[in-house]
Amino acid sequence: MSRLAPRFAELRRAGRAALVPYITAGDPDKSASVPLMHALVKAGADVLELGVPFSDPMADGPVIQRACVRALKHGTTLADVLGMVREFRRTDARTPVVLMGYLNPVEAFGTEAFTVAAAEAGVDGVLSVDMPPEEAVPLAGLLRARGIDPVFLLAPTTDAARLQRICETAAGFVYYVALKGVTGAANLDVAEVRRRLEVVRRATRLPVGVGFGVRDAHSAAQLASVADAVVVGSAIVDRVEEFGHRRAELLTQVGAFVSELRQAMDAARV
Amino acid sequence: MSRALEKTASFRESLRRVPDANGHFGAYGGRFVAETLMGPVEALRLAYAQCRRDADFQTELQRDLRDFVGRPSPLYLAERLTGECRGARIYLKREDLDHTGAHKINNALGQALLAKRMHKTRLIAETGAGQHGVATATVAARFGFECVVYMGEEDMRRQAINVYRMKLLGAKVVPVTSGSRTLKDALNEAMRDWVANVDSTFYVIGTVAGPHPYPMMVRDFHACIGEETRRQALSAEGRLPDALVACVGGGSNAIGLFHAFLDDDVKLYGVEAGGEGLASGKHAASLSAGRSGVLHGNRTYLLEDAAGQIRETHSISAGLDYPGVGPEHAWLKDIGRVTYDTVTDTQALQAFHALTRKEGIMPALESAHALAYAMQLAPRMQPEQFLVVNLSGRGDKDIDTVARHEGIEL
Repeated sequence: MSRLAPRFAELRRAGRAALVPYITAGDPDKSASVPLMHALVKAGADVLELGVPFSDPMADGPVIQRACVRALKHGTTLADVLGMVREFRRTDARTPVVLMGYLNPVEAFGTEAFTVAAAEAGVDGVLSVDMPPEEAVPLAGLLRARGIDPVFLLAPTTDAARLQRICETAAGFVYYVALKGVTGAANLDVAEVRRRLEVVRRATRLPVGVGFGVRDAHSAAQLASVADAVVVGSAIVDRVEEFGHRRAELLTQVGAFVSELRQAMDAARV
Repeated sequence: MSRALEKTASFRESLRRVPDANGHFGAYGGRFVAETLMGPVEALRLAYAQCRRDADFQTELQRDLRDFVGRPSPLYLAERLTGECRGARIYLKREDLDHTGAHKINNALGQALLAKRMHKTRLIAETGAGQHGVATATVAARFGFECVVYMGEEDMRRQAINVYRMKLLGAKVVPVTSGSRTLKDALNEAMRDWVANVDSTFYVIGTVAGPHPYPMMVRDFHACIGEETRRQALSAEGRLPDALVACVGGGSNAIGLFHAFLDDDVKLYGVEAGGEGLASGKHAASLSAGRSGVLHGNRTYLLEDAAGQIRETHSISAGLDYPGVGPEHAWLKDIGRVTYDTVTDTQALQAFHALTRKEGIMPALESAHALAYAMQLAPRMQPEQFLVVNLSGRGDKDIDTVARHEGIEL
């Protein structure tokens, strides 16, 4: 069963918002990912989002595009990413892991075979960016059958009817895209997000995460007071890019940044 | 004939009534985009559905197709080429005579009129060979839109003249340096622009691919090619052609020619870029050598590696250098209605020279692929038969490429 629901229940009891850092698997190389995952948890991550690299990441900004290029240069495949989750699970049985990526590598792997392998590896949720609920058959059903939550995006341009439909198809949590743009853009409007989340909460009892455009501790803290989870991607991948060639420093730098986010978010909730 | 097609034919169902309400052509097509784009794509679907039925819109479109584009384009009997091939008569549908020199303007014009109806102020486009970019820049100038064209850095080098044409027309050409720096990456970049600027911006997709309604809408705007060909063939020969031949990159000129004939007893041939040969791996033949997958908002045939990463493609013709293909072609292949085959760079170049010397018409390298195939096909047909090749563009833009290929410095 997915670890997402129990984790969000635990956080709700503690009155905290989940910190969900994103890294692209295989960036800067395959051996870096599992140590990075553990470092993120140690620094205060509640849920991990692991990006599956794709050659054509249409919804991503330049930072995550470059991460995909680095990961693919080393030939990181979806099978490798599942291997990383399996290895991570040897010493961490509790932290939920959500895979985020695009549909084509999943289909190349084999949709059903992927859901079997992902469940076996210990994956808790799958967010396929270019798969809206209209096209979610058969993947969403196959994931649910294996106890994995299909996670979906909500956008500022999502209307009421689609909101309803997405919330009915989604499990684990829904992920509100805080801006009109690609990942890593820098035009976050917290007041607008707050207003939109009120609408989302009327449509679902699922926890609501917010991401795209969370640049720093300040914006993470602001969102922590309105959302159940704050997803930070490009800002972390930026640091992976900067320190990627110095392994020891990579883990401390990324860890320090995530700790900073954690402290700011917890302070905002008090 | 495949079983699926027999079934369709026996029920006398039209093959022209696709896609379904969700944009599916059989198993292909659909709307595989991030939620951030679903709203804009749906708004476009509704706006287009309205314009499709709107008499004023259609009148305005027809008027500009006639007075601005120069339609109908002629159907020309290539007598000397026919003599050389010793077989069926070869006709050319002269899309090279359209304003801006290629069929792409039909669609750019249609989408620009739609953008006007939707009160957008900015047009964006992706381009490979530059023909669609030039067409979009042209209609932007015609209607007073701001215009940004995304073009792979590699393609900008190959098609320097078209880059300058776009600039003269007032468009901003943005070099795309991600991925393979060609058409597919330009498309990714244009999608990213669209999602960030959706309130002001209309994304003019240049081929029959992308999320629904693009494959259907772009097809509709090019369907005039086949409708005219039908009338012109009936008037010239008193009957429909025995075969139609068109090149297929994304597949817009091919669908434009084929669509009016899908329910008729006319053989249809789509010609993909065989590059240096399928065995070399250096080609852009997604239907002939690819498999089903999801890219750029639709399910279709793709060139990809075993792990599902999109492969880099090769063709001497920038306009065919794309790892996917329109979903309607994927469906037409599966049901066996259209035969898809390939022509190599070398064969296309030979056809380029043949048409130039025999008919005084310099074809685009894209169209030269269709021509090369027709020159193989005609001798295998009877002299009383006739076929139509879609001469989708003129070759001026390719003179540098041809010269370079022959070791000539201009």
